[in-house]
Amino acid sequence: MTGSVWAERLRGSGGARAFATRARVLRGVGLVLLAALVVLPILWVAVLAPTTGKWATSFGSAAHDPKDFLITLLNGITAAALYFVVASGFTLIFGLMRVVNMAHGAFFLFGGYIALKLQRHMVGEGGAFGLTSSQVNLTHWIVPALVGTVVVAGMGLVMQQVFLRWNQGQDLRQALITIAISIILADQMLAHFGGVAEDIAWPRNWDTFVNLRVKGIQYTETRLVILVIAVAIGVLLWLWLKRTRTGMVIRAGVDDRAMVSALGINIQLTFAIAFVVGSALAGLGGVIGGSFASLAPGVDANWLLYSLVVVIIGGMGSLGGAAIGSLLLGLTSNFSAAYLPANYTYYSIIVTFALVAIVLAVRPLGLFGRPA
Amino acid sequence: MTARVVTPDRVVGAIALVLALAAPAYLSSYWVGTLLTQMLFLGIVAASLIFLSAYGGMVSLAQVAIYGVAGFVVGNATTNGNTKGLNLGWNPWWGVLLGIAIAVAVAFLFGAIASRSIGIYFLMITLTYSVIANLTFGQVTDISGFGGISGIPAPHLIGNVNAHAERLYYIALGVALAIYLLLRYLSRTPFGLTLQGVRDDPVRMSSLGYNVGLHRTAAFAFAGFVAAVGGVLFVWWNGHIDPASIDLGSTIDVLVIAVVGGLYRLEGAWVGALFFVVVQNYSQQIGFIGPRFETLMGAIFLLILLVSPGGLVGLWERVVALTFGRHRGPTDRDRNPIDVGQVEPSV
Repeated sequence: MTGSVWAERLRGSGGARAFATRARVLRGVGLVLLAALVVLPILWVAVLAPTTGKWATSFGSAAHDPKDFLITLLNGITAAALYFVVASGFTLIFGLMRVVNMAHGAFFLFGGYIALKLQRHMVGEGGAFGLTSSQVNLTHWIVPALVGTVVVAGMGLVMQQVFLRWNQGQDLRQALITIAISIILADQMLAHFGGVAEDIAWPRNWDTFVNLRVKGIQYTETRLVILVIAVAIGVLLWLWLKRTRTGMVIRAGVDDRAMVSALGINIQLTFAIAFVVGSALAGLGGVIGGSFASLAPGVDANWLLYSLVVVIIGGMGSLGGAAIGSLLLGLTSNFSAAYLPANYTYYSIIVTFALVAIVLAVRPLGLFGRPA
Repeated sequence: MTARVVTPDRVVGAIALVLALAAPAYLSSYWVGTLLTQMLFLGIVAASLIFLSAYGGMVSLAQVAIYGVAGFVVGNATTNGNTKGLNLGWNPWWGVLLGIAIAVAVAFLFGAIASRSIGIYFLMITLTYSVIANLTFGQVTDISGFGGISGIPAPHLIGNVNAHAERLYYIALGVALAIYLLLRYLSRTPFGLTLQGVRDDPVRMSSLGYNVGLHRTAAFAFAGFVAAVGGVLFVWWNGHIDPASIDLGSTIDVLVIAVVGGLYRLEGAWVGALFFVVVQNYSQQIGFIGPRFETLMGAIFLLILLVSPGGLVGLWERVVALTFGRHRGPTDRDRNPIDVGQVEPSV
């Protein structure tokens, strides 16, 4: 949308009316293109997707097969829930401190591994493929989850105090420092936890199917558990930021850091708190992600990517942006995997890229982003 | 004060050039064929990153992705059967042309999308490019798939890379020199000067009537060309490319090379690359490091960031300044190199 930018700049200066008209036309063309890019995929999923022929999809359109449509929708929403848990920590840290924590993915993986090892320690090693849910009760999942979260929170605090406290304002240097830390962490995790993919076992009470009583869908309960956890975290974060004193200081700090510390508020303490909470969310995300999918070298890079995509789409430092960004990413990736023609489903990663590109073309700072 | 013809920088540069030209005479073919050739093409990719960072204020993590695009296109175009990909079986030189053309087109697209962001936003957006390129080549089996493309032929002129290591070495050396001179030349053209103006004050440049986004996009596409040349040399050298060649680790390796060398002087690219390949090659022989090369490199990277943000070249400049007592006026080089650019809304 360079058109709109030009139009805004030129509006004030006289004699540029012809240019402004051209800009308006360009803007119109852009809007039409954009609308097509949004509407066409929706139409495709709703009615157009066929089940036979060259463009055959696995399920056909939503009108043809509402059950699989609903399942894909739920999968998208529950995936978005996990993206939100991880990315909200990322965006919280960025919003207040302008620190892009590139070690967020490594924190995710580390939290997962801590919980995995603790669970194995509590229950026993399990068979060749690790533990199964039948061997695990609720305590065997919740205690490792809490410990993983707390350990990663502590690690985040140490990193912030040692490496990021004294060079505030040099945001690129800080981002590079966190990259260096993530390299070291990833390599050490490979050394200590090995290169084989492992997963944390869900407790047996959760590892079942729930009858949703809609179209006879039997849905995985663990995915709903993730959704509940994510919604709870979202609500808690919202209450914390909007209703408590610390939250108020954080929001003030996001807007004007210098003024807040001039008012005698200990902004360093607030930074530390935000970093602890943000890292804890990465750790908790790692525990959930390690139970939902698996833990292996390289998983950290994927989750760093998801966090980046979510905040780039939603806008850095905005909780609502993280929620919308997660939802868009979760829905886009799940729907493109299910509704691209069956021979081309591996192009779904390109659809994700297209999502980022479209959002950035319209809003360079993300949907909810504000200038610093 | 008139500019001196003989400066410590130039003396060292001349010595390095002579040493590089004579390398096959006094070094083993392993050093020339493996370490130095690798140093040269990694340096070219790092130089594209340094060019963007030093003159455009954009630290890009997409350079390895673009280098990979060029490499994969060359692989698809020039192989003939027996491997993944399209196996078009073209002449290697046509493959090079196509590879560079497509890589530049991709870089142009990437640059256009990211051109309204700088600083850490730019870093994040280009990081997503890098990861997405890696996943794309891993998943799209028509053009590569997980195992990648093998048996990519180098042109006749180079022949078998293992038998005639010095041929590819000299070609890489010539290309690296040409790229270095081209980048230096470009920074003094009106385009290069405008780009530096855009780096320092985008708002003022745009009030003066310059199209800021277009300059950034063009610079990014040009850096894409440089990275693509590095990618072509890489596939000739390696004969094989797979998604792991452009994964997050490789992306960060090139970033480490650029930062360790020095993010604000083009020479830093090859200094950092030489340091990197030597450490990579010999660290395994040190008992307590062994296979933990990544940890070592991460620690060195961290140390450089904490102690000398100007990298090894920055350290050298400090030594020169101390020894010769030269005091320059404020120039670009005195700016903190990794503190360029803030988050900035659309201009």
